[in-house]
Amino acid sequence: MEPTGIFRAAWLAYRRDLLLAFRHWGQVAQPLIFFGIVATLFPLALGPQLAELREIAGGTLWVAALLASLLGVELLFRADHTDGTLEQLLISGQPLALLVLAKGLAHWTVCGLPLVLLAPLVAAGLGAPPAANGTVMLSLALGTGILSALGAIGSALTLGLRRGSLLLGLLVLPLAMPALIFGARAIDLAIHGDGARGPLLLLSAMLVLSVTLAPPAAAAALRISAE
Amino acid sequence: MNWTWFHKLASPPHAYRIAARLVPWFAWPAGALIVAGLYGGLVLAPADYQQGDAFRIVYVHAPSAWLSMFVYATMAVAAAIGLVWRIKLAHAVAAASAPVGASFTFLALATGAIWGKPMWGTWWVWDARLTSELILLFLYAGVMALRASIDDRDRADRAAAVLAVVGVVNLPIIHYSVYWWNTLHQPATLTKFGKPSMSGDMLWPLLLMLLGFTLYYGAVLLIRLRAEILKRERDAAWLTTELAR
Repeated sequence: MEPTGIFRAAWLAYRRDLLLAFRHWGQVAQPLIFFGIVATLFPLALGPQLAELREIAGGTLWVAALLASLLGVELLFRADHTDGTLEQLLISGQPLALLVLAKGLAHWTVCGLPLVLLAPLVAAGLGAPPAANGTVMLSLALGTGILSALGAIGSALTLGLRRGSLLLGLLVLPLAMPALIFGARAIDLAIHGDGARGPLLLLSAMLVLSVTLAPPAAAAALRISAE
Repeated sequence: MNWTWFHKLASPPHAYRIAARLVPWFAWPAGALIVAGLYGGLVLAPADYQQGDAFRIVYVHAPSAWLSMFVYATMAVAAAIGLVWRIKLAHAVAAASAPVGASFTFLALATGAIWGKPMWGTWWVWDARLTSELILLFLYAGVMALRASIDDRDRADRAAAVLAVVGVVNLPIIHYSVYWWNTLHQPATLTKFGKPSMSGDMLWPLLLMLLGFTLYYGAVLLIRLRAEILKRERDAAWLTTELAR
């Protein structure tokens, strides 16, 4: 039999995760609904004046996205760990970091991308002008990518632990704080009609860094967790 | 080059004995330096022309803040050594360091708050340095919580090590982003707190305290390392003979 090339292996891992996600629609929708609920909590807690909500829209969107992707990323390796697929990936002879990257990308496609598409709707509800929608989506697209990458490390480290989800938040949220700062700042600038280029560029740099460094770290963590 | 001394050092029985022998060499100088530094700082140094006597908390605050970062770096280096060369003793050093570092971080935050109340009129401001120190405390908490949640010691060691290394890569990013975040949000009114180039009679007690605190960490680390070795090697034959002596 012909050996499978590394890019084909990555593509197969990506496609498999997408297929699995589409066959479990409920699981895919959960983080999205959670995103909507958390974003609803802020107006309820702080008051319904759109002028005031507009001031905190960037932060609200980002905190909601942060929590929602935390919820989603927990499932990144869990099913594979339970049914033994993870062990097959480990002994497949393919570079594990690349497979992790493919899985992370698949996770972003089903978890991050819908959130990005939903964001303008939530932003409008928080009083953000339509002109800011481009920045809202771009900022969250970059941000959910970073969160998927960081979340992959946390998810791999907490694999199979009791109360792993609580621990996951404890591990990942401090690491995600820089992204939150610039992501929320970018939306804030756009809502006030200013250029958001600076924070978006910094956010892109963080995405490049985390997509480069997180897969090897997550792969190392998976090896430790799967022993 | 002959590396046997290194392997010897990394073996638990040797480390256990050497640590015991080294403790006084750290503990006594640490005690002497801290006493001298405190006397210099609290008695000999003149009161600050702006802050009065309140500035004297710097003699505890600054060394704690320095050690909060130094201990994290030590922990991350030990963790990396443990991951790469699979030296169990390195993991023990990391495990022994984490609570010490977290305590220093907490102490730095607490003394900062106590200092902030008379100086800024508030216990807490979202100043860049304070915030990154707080995030550092969360990072320590994460490493300790991860270690505590995994029953298998080997897995706990290595998982905590990966997290410590990931954290140390993130620390500069966190530091600078928090710094920019603060300068973005509010002009630096309160943030530039009194560090005009210190005069000599205020500075030397601070340097003594910095060195004293660092040596104190060395002593505590060695004692905790011994406890960690006792815990990890409790079934080992050498320990039975060692303790029977």
